[in-house]
Order: sequence, then structure tokens, then C-alpha cells
Amino acid sequence: MIEFKNITKVFKDNKRDVKALNDVSLKVEEGSIYGVIGYSGAGKSTLVRMANLLEKPTTGQVLFEGKDLTKLSSGKLNEVRRQMGMIFQSFNLLKTGTVYENIALPLKLTGVPSKEIKQRVHKYIEIVGLQDKLKAYPAQLSGGQKQRVAIARALAHEPKVLLCDEATSALDPDTTESILKLLSKINKELGITILLITHEMNVVQKICHEVAVMEMGEVIEQGSVIDVFSKPQTQTAQRFIQSLFNDAIPGDLLKKLKGTGKIASLSFIGESAGDPALAMVTKKFDVFPSILGGNITDLKERPFGRLIVHLDGSDEEAQKAIDFLKDSGVIVENYEKGNLTDAN
Amino acid sequence: MLTSVSEFIDNWGAEIWVSFLDTLIMVGISLTISVIIGLPLGVLLTLTGPGKALENRVIYQALNAIINILRSIPFIILLFFILPFTKFVVGTTIGVKGVIVPLVVFTAPYIARLMESSLLEVNRGIIEAYEAMGIKTRHIIWHVLIREARPSIVLGLTIATIGLIGATAMAGLVGAGGLGDLAYRYGHLRYQADIMYVTVIILIILVQAVQTIGNRVSAKLKKD
Ligand SMILES: Nc1ncnc2c1ncn2[C@@H]1O[C@H](COP(=O)(O)OP(=O)(O)O)[C@@H](O)[C@H]1O
Ligand SMILES: [Mg+2]
Repeated sequence: MIEFKNITKVFKDNKRDVKALNDVSLKVEEGSIYGVIGYSGAGKSTLVRMANLLEKPTTGQVLFEGKDLTKLSSGKLNEVRRQMGMIFQSFNLLKTGTVYENIALPLKLTGVPSKEIKQRVHKYIEIVGLQDKLKAYPAQLSGGQKQRVAIARALAHEPKVLLCDEATSALDPDTTESILKLLSKINKELGITILLITHEMNVVQKICHEVAVMEMGEVIEQGSVIDVFSKPQTQTAQRFIQSLFNDAIPGDLLKKLKGTGKIASLSFIGESAGDPALAMVTKKFDVFPSILGGNITDLKERPFGRLIVHLDGSDEEAQKAIDFLKDSGVIVENYEKGNLTDAN
Repeated sequence: MLTSVSEFIDNWGAEIWVSFLDTLIMVGISLTISVIIGLPLGVLLTLTGPGKALENRVIYQALNAIINILRSIPFIILLFFILPFTKFVVGTTIGVKGVIVPLVVFTAPYIARLMESSLLEVNRGIIEAYEAMGIKTRHIIWHVLIREARPSIVLGLTIATIGLIGATAMAGLVGAGGLGDLAYRYGHLRYQADIMYVTVIILIILVQAVQTIGNRVSAKLKKD
């Protein structure tokens, strides 16, 4: 639906060149929720703003339903933009307008007949659950409510795509949760494709199907959320996943255990049982597993668990145990100072 | 005392009333023309500035220079300095008609600056949100930029109006009429202090009223 092809973006900032994006290629499939995650300054905002050409690529192409947006006249571009809603970290509502006016004005300016404007405002304010706030001004709303108004404003154009630039970053965890639920509902029930960027892994974890990890203007890892979460390839991706579990093992303990078998991280998604397999290990091999840490969280409504296990025994037996675990569908990696390396 | 007050009103009431109306007319007309010129210039300054939607160094720098030059000339000098221009535009250099031109030349650049600073206060994000919705630039200027800046624009216009009232009073020097003219002719040239005091008090009340109304309207437009 949206495709970025070899996008490079250079900002000229006081004669100094800043390369915000370097040869980025991504494809957002129709109906999916695509998350782009990265630390501050990675180039995420620049990328999402390129989807509707708020930012023009220095080189490369932006395709929307196969059309190259960089080739369109400004009138045609405006038509395409109306098919893409956008919401922001700072909500960007008219301070001087009521909730009703905030949703209705853009519709009026894009030529929607006035009878239909009224219907649409009521329809979409109901979807975001703020029917009783139509007469309120933004200053009278909480952050979460403002974001709901912004979402209703975007939906009222009945777009095919919703672009979200750190839409939950200014919100507290509970409000973030409710906005994410709303986005997920919009995706499922209205069939709107979502491209969102964030620096919070739990946002990706909760609602995204696909994820790309960005660093210094480049996409360093991308794939389905399940794949990237269960087998992160880069340190940055691992650090983001680590942030969900908070299961770093104290260095002292690691030192003490060194040379007594292996420390492994076992990840399991869904029903692929980590626990029974671990119990089998004790019986089949000459190792004593002890659990150093672990956690279970939700990944797209399936349990995603991780255990940090010390396999006490000879290296040989420990390796056999690891191979066995792998065969039973558990994802196994060596655990070293919080970083994961392939367990071979 | 009472008799002297009624005597004063009998003697001067009509003349003061006419001068007061002249002042209002001069302020009203020059303010209207100045807004018609100054507001678009303010918008142009805002949009052609560095890093803005219609960035254009030539237009921006030229406008900047012209506005700065006009704004550095004191009104009393401007009044005489542009006499030929005034004559060219309205065919006369005296009376209410003759003073409108210098008042506009004085006020329009000031309003352009005030508008620029009001418009620059508008959050860049809201403009971007409207660009993202595929809305035309001219609609964004009117329905977003100017609308959101309204409370601040009203305060700016209040300041400009008060400046204009002051300048109008000085315009008495070219025989334009109005309260300034009255105070100058009778108060200064003929040493009739009571006329001077009354005029000053009326000007003070006028300025207070304008400021109060401006503050109220701005507060009403402001919704946060
Ligand atoms: N308009 C701009 N002018 C100059 N540099 C910019 C501009 N926008 C972004 N950058 C630079 O590009 C890089 C990426 O920025 P951004 O896309 O905002 O990152 P993120 O959203 O991931 O935090 C940063 O180094 C930033 O300073
Ligand atoms: Mg950003």
C-alpha cells in the first residue's frame, strides 16, 4: 500500500549536511499495522512524514497504491493526502475551535457537503467515544481525549491509511493502552492500514504486525513482530526487547556462574511450552537447570515468555540440553551481560 | 463652578464634539486601510521567512528592509517628508484627507510587524496537520493561521490603534482637525489651558477604552 524505495534524505542545516535517512526501503502491506521503532534522532519522523510527502525525499521514491507521489502535482498530491490520515505526538488541534469544529472544518475545506459533515462528525466522535465533548475546547480535554479528537478528525476523511508520529509518547501508560486499543480496533473494524513510529517497544508489542528497527537513518532490521521479537538480529533490537522484560541478571551472579555450564535465554511464543521442555531436560541430560529470571508478556494476544536459565553441568551436556530445547520449539540463545548471541 | 462648567460646554462643547468625531474618523479610516495593507504583508513576511512554506529570500529581505526604514522615521517627520507623495495620491496635503496617507504609511508597516509576530506564535504542528489533510495553502492561511492567531492579532491591533490615536493628534500640525488640532490651536497657540486639559482627558479615556475593549475581545477569542 505504501512503499518506500531507496529513500535518502539530506537536510542542509547551517551549511552542514545531516543525512536523516540513508537508503531506506520499506513496504507497508494493506491492512497491516506497521511499526517503526528507533531511538530519538534515528530518522523515524522524517520517514513517516515522507509517506504523505510533508518531507520530500532527496533521492528515492514514495509509492502509494503504486503511484509515485514525488511525481504528482500539488493538486493531485492533496487528493492523495486526503486518503491518508495523520496523528501527532502533540495532537495539533485548533485551540480556538470546539471538538466539533476541529473535526468539521477540515471536511468543509475539502469540499464535503454540509449535511454529510454533520453525519461524519457524529459517526467518528462516537467511534472514539467522545460524543459528550463535542462542545468542549481542546484546553478542556485531557491528553488522551485530545488524541481521540485528532483520531476522529483523521478518520472523518475516511482514509485508507493512518500515519502516527509518536501518537502515544505524550501520554501516561493507561492512556497509551486505551489509545492503542482504539488504533487496533480502527485497523480491524475499519480496515485502515496503520504506519506508526515510536520509541517504545511496548507499542510495537501490543499492536503491530510488522516492525522495522531504525538506527542512524537506516533500517537495520525488519520483519514480522513475532520473528523480530523471538530472534532479534541486532543489538539495538535486542535492547528494545530487553526493555520489555527487565530481566537483566546482576553481573556478580554471572561471574559466579561462569565456567559451570551455560546460561541461556529461552523464549517461547504462544503454546510452545517452555516449562515442560525444561522439566524434560532434567530427566534426559546430566544438567540442573535453575531459573535466574523470567517474564511473560503479551505479543499480539499470545503469551510471549522468556526465561533466563542456568544449565549447571558439563559444557557437553549443557549443549545437548540446548539442542533438545531447540528441537522442542523453544528459541534458545546464550545470555551474556544482557546481550544475546546464537547458542551454537 | 457649575455655571463655569455649563458655560464651558456652551462655548466649546460643539467644537470638542466635532474634533472628537474627526479623530474617530481619521483613526477609523487609516486603521481600516492599514489593516488591509498590513495584514497581507504580515502574512507574506511570515510565509516567506527562512524555513517557511513559501520561503523566498528576495521578497522577505525586501519587505523587511522597507518596513524597517518606514518604521525608523518618526511620524512628525514622515508627515512632512512624504508631502509630495500625499499630494500625488489624494490630491491634497491638508485636512482629514491629506492626513490619511501619512497615517497609513506610518501604521501599515507597524501592523505588518505586529501581525508577523502574532502569526509566528501559531504552532507549526497545526499547520502541518492541515497540510497533511490535503488542504490548500490559502485555506490554511485564513482558516488556521489567522484564526489561531486572532487573540494575539486583536491585541496587536489594539496597540496599533493607540499608536494611531497619538499620531492623529500630531496630525493637527497639518490642519487635519481632530482633538490634537484643537489642543494645539487653542491650548498651545492661544494659551487656553482648560481646552488643553479637557482634550488630554478625552484622549486618556479614549485610549483606556480602546485598550479595555481590545483586552476583552482578545480574552473572549482565546479558548485556553
Ligand atoms: N528540518 C530539519 N532540518 C535539519 N535537520 C533535521 C530536520 N529534521 C530532522 N533533522 C535531523 O534528522 C535526524 C532525524 O530526525 P527525526 O526524523 O526527527 O528523528 P526521530 O523522529 O527518529 O527522533 C536528526 O539528526 C535531526 O536532527
Ligand atoms: Mg520524532
